[in-house]
Amino acid sequence: MLADRDRVFTNLYGERDWRLAGARKRGDWDGTREVILKGRDWIVNEIKESGLRGRGGAGFPTGLKWSFMPKQSDRPTYLIVNADESEPGTCKDRDILRYDPHKLLEGCVLAGAGMGCTAAYIYCRGEFYNEARHLQAALDEAYDAGLVGKNACGSGYDIDIYIHRGAGAYICGEETGLLESLEGKKGQPRLKPPFPAACGLYGCPSTVNNVETIATSPAILKRGAGWFSSIGRPRNTGTKIFCISGHVNQPCNVEDAMSVPLRELIERHAGGVRGGWDNLRGVIPGGSSTPVLPKDICDTVLMDFDSLVAQKSGLGTAAVIVMDKSTDIVRAIARLSAFYKHESCGQCTPCREGLGWVWRVMERMVKGDASVEEIDMLDEVTREIEGHTICALADGAVWPVQGLIRHFRPELERHIREYRAAAPRRAAE
Amino acid sequence: MPKVTIDGTELEVAPGTTILQACQQAGVEIPHFCYHERLQIAGNCRMCLVEVERSPKPVASCAMPVADGNVILTQSEKARKARHGVMEMLLLNHPLDCPICDQGGECDLQDQAMAYGFDRGRFDEGKRAVRDKDFGPLVATSMNRCIHCTRCIRFLNEIAGVEELGATGRGEAMEITTYVERALGSELSANIVDLCPVGALTSKPYAFVARPWELRKTESVDVLDAVGSNIRIDARGDQVLRVLPRLNEDVNEEWLSDKSRFAVDGLVHRRLDRPYIRRGGRLVEVEWSEALDLVADRMKATPPERIAAIAGDLCDAETMFAAKELLQGLGAQSLDCRQDGARLDSACRAGYLFNTTIAGIERADACLLIGTNPRREAALVNARLRKRYLMGGFRVAAIGPELNLTYPAEMLGDGGDALNALVEGNHPCGEILRNAKAPMLILGQGALRRPDGDRVLGAARALAEACGMIRDDWNGFNVLHVAAARVGGLELGFVPGPGGSGTAAILAGCKSGATELLYLLGADECDLGNTGGAFVIYQGHHGDRGAARADVILPGAAYTEKDASWVNTEGRVQPGRRATFPPGEAREDWTILRALSGALGRTLPYDSLPELRARMRAAHPGFAHIDAIVPAAWGPFGAAGPVDPAPFTYPVDDYYRTDPISRASPTMAKCSQLFGGHPDAAPRTGTHG
Repeated sequence: MLADRDRVFTNLYGERDWRLAGARKRGDWDGTREVILKGRDWIVNEIKESGLRGRGGAGFPTGLKWSFMPKQSDRPTYLIVNADESEPGTCKDRDILRYDPHKLLEGCVLAGAGMGCTAAYIYCRGEFYNEARHLQAALDEAYDAGLVGKNACGSGYDIDIYIHRGAGAYICGEETGLLESLEGKKGQPRLKPPFPAACGLYGCPSTVNNVETIATSPAILKRGAGWFSSIGRPRNTGTKIFCISGHVNQPCNVEDAMSVPLRELIERHAGGVRGGWDNLRGVIPGGSSTPVLPKDICDTVLMDFDSLVAQKSGLGTAAVIVMDKSTDIVRAIARLSAFYKHESCGQCTPCREGLGWVWRVMERMVKGDASVEEIDMLDEVTREIEGHTICALADGAVWPVQGLIRHFRPELERHIREYRAAAPRRAAE
Repeated sequence: MPKVTIDGTELEVAPGTTILQACQQAGVEIPHFCYHERLQIAGNCRMCLVEVERSPKPVASCAMPVADGNVILTQSEKARKARHGVMEMLLLNHPLDCPICDQGGECDLQDQAMAYGFDRGRFDEGKRAVRDKDFGPLVATSMNRCIHCTRCIRFLNEIAGVEELGATGRGEAMEITTYVERALGSELSANIVDLCPVGALTSKPYAFVARPWELRKTESVDVLDAVGSNIRIDARGDQVLRVLPRLNEDVNEEWLSDKSRFAVDGLVHRRLDRPYIRRGGRLVEVEWSEALDLVADRMKATPPERIAAIAGDLCDAETMFAAKELLQGLGAQSLDCRQDGARLDSACRAGYLFNTTIAGIERADACLLIGTNPRREAALVNARLRKRYLMGGFRVAAIGPELNLTYPAEMLGDGGDALNALVEGNHPCGEILRNAKAPMLILGQGALRRPDGDRVLGAARALAEACGMIRDDWNGFNVLHVAAARVGGLELGFVPGPGGSGTAAILAGCKSGATELLYLLGADECDLGNTGGAFVIYQGHHGDRGAARADVILPGAAYTEKDASWVNTEGRVQPGRRATFPPGEAREDWTILRALSGALGRTLPYDSLPELRARMRAAHPGFAHIDAIVPAAWGPFGAAGPVDPAPFTYPVDDYYRTDPISRASPTMAKCSQLFGGHPDAAPRTGTHG
């Protein structure tokens, strides 16, 4: 279990003052200047050494990403913070935005210094109205205190931070869809290459990072890469905010060490599964796009990138969605299919057309109005969609269905059987 | 140079080549829908997926540049499966209405479904239904069929330069639309019909008319503006059903303007299909022999200095050559091909050609437009200017009234005074032209048809010389014509001979009696309102202004009905070919003149078109160079002196109705009514009443 002294987000529950004065008491904006003065290379290297991996879902090594930014650029370069947190089940960035906004702003300054960015944009989810207000208030405080802007923190480094509010599309949380939206266009992911580090916002070198990633970086830079990498397992280091929701006694956000066992996480922080561990049907471990895990895997699996991938799932945003035996798992996954069908941007053929198909078949599966052969067809269709599109939305949309078929095929067959058994009765009615 | 291996074949390609282009170079066909070599890469149809070794996912070949050492597999199990999958997805919501779809037989989706699809569907759910859109009188929509490749959006945004189409909604609900329903405001709009890989966008006038395999396809050239767009004429029986663009990188690339494409329905209306003679104020149908005898008698009875001829805008070179030989043989010198009175000088070729060439625009870096609105006068020249603008580093300035060109142009003034200032070197814009590496100017007929047109021409010449537009390797002086016949006429010297009169003097002579016999070769755009007692012969194909005044009508052939040559504004000689026969008694134009020469007893020395052409080429060697540019030598032309400060006017008021064919076209009439002349004008909306 994570010791209190190792916590990064010390106001995760909003019990203390989120404004500048309170944040300063918790150590934010302390020593920022000194870190900046250590220079670009030191900052990027320290993040590399810490083993920090992106907290937005894909888990790309952050230091490596920062190192892609050009050392010299005759154009402006941008840091973009992805605060468009929309993954169902996830609410970690939201609590950072409203209770610890200064951590994010300090992170922007330090990450910006590490990459030599001229400006940072924070793309805030449109629905986060109060969160955006907190963030703006914090930004105003930071400007007034000289922490952001020209000569930020007295370090000689200039960075401006802008807050942009989205209009409520899931796809605008995708790295390049976000850039399009920020530019005022329809949120549609871009083709890669070119990657944002070469040609991002307004065609300038850009790096897009998740809120949690950026907000974690000041702690790493101040306390050292060694401290961060000592937590968790190799390749899966540091602390992580887990969002535990669903059929648990106390749903919560909690910061814990990476690689914490799933069962321990649920039982220690969320008061256990409703009706006891044995009442568990399955867990979606990392936000709605990661495949569901059945109870026998949940018994032992560790919550980190590698061990969940080994179970053909993923850490994603670490949004743990717990479902007990009262859950109709087929219906639960069908609801996710509806969500992804609705949120597809419509650019790529497999995603635009295929997700509607998947959802419709899933709806029939919920009723049982399908044939057993269609389960295999559904699986095949998801594989026609997966990996064939510009962005990963389609992948995330079909993984839950694949997980369902992989682990809960008997459930699907039961739905079909029961529907057929009721056929004479329906005919009689 | 990156080396790649495609299906086992090693290949070296230029850096920056995409995988799809490399495959095409290797002769490997990659199916695709959204990719189009002239549009930005969208990469969204996903049909072109191929396997690249060491890449975990299949790669969209249209968007991925090759890297050295790439091993590309287009026929592997993975690539094949990916294509199958995408094709199945494309067909999910695509209606199975091929039997009633106009795209049938020339549909990319149909063809590729045959090659890469399953033989049956597995989709048991209901198909999507999308409301059709109204894109105006030219483009028909059937949006259920749309596969969202976004070619149409990209074409209008990038090439046509009107941001009128876009996608609304997302996922399954994504629709291609104009947001607020309206007709597409572009003179290039119908190119999206060609670009649409399915039957979502089809030609409205051609709807349900024919199947492609029923059509006889003739490669020809367009004459409704002076660009000389290369076209394919599709005809069935004796009727031209549609016109499509044909690739010519130097002229129209693969685009065609809406008028050139859709005016052909005017070929079946108001046609002159037999000879007429005016008797007692009324035109009476007669036999050819009677009409020709009457014309011959009048010609013999008229002193040659009182005989005049004006060639119209659609007239082919062979006809003008035969007419010139015939009339000059009689001693007549009052010939003119400039029926708008443009003060062009036929003595110096460089003085009336688009010397830079249309493709050469891409090498220019500054452009001055003088009294021309290329968007209305030559839509594809304008598209080329926009293409150059999009390449960056191109400044455009214009002299004339307000313009809407689809790219920014600095307006220097309305008329002559701005030109005078530039010539005198005290206009700030002159600096830009002088400092440019490859400056060009385009002189329009609006500036040349004024009484001081020769001084405008002289001023433009002086400006070109002063700004370094004339060099051994570069000629930036350009005249933009609006009539397909004009350059041909000037090349043939269809201009007043010694002691002869030009158009204005000929028409004034009709009124005063100095001109007793006027021979109109399809001339409809000159003022025939007061031609006094002159005997007017009209040889042409449409019952338009000229025929209305005529005393004798000799029915000729339209451009789709004859083998003939036209010379475009660049001086490019291009042959048109006969797609159908002229209607009724109408004849190919040169044969009418040949017959008339017989009736006159002065038989022209050729019995066939090859003989005529041989004689024409002997007299004018330039006509031997087919589809080629013969650079013109620089020389003196135009007149010295200040230009009248009056504002210039543009020659084309109504883009859709510029000639007898488009004026007879019901489709063009609809467009003209809808747009009030031109798509760049504000379209009519509900509040127009």
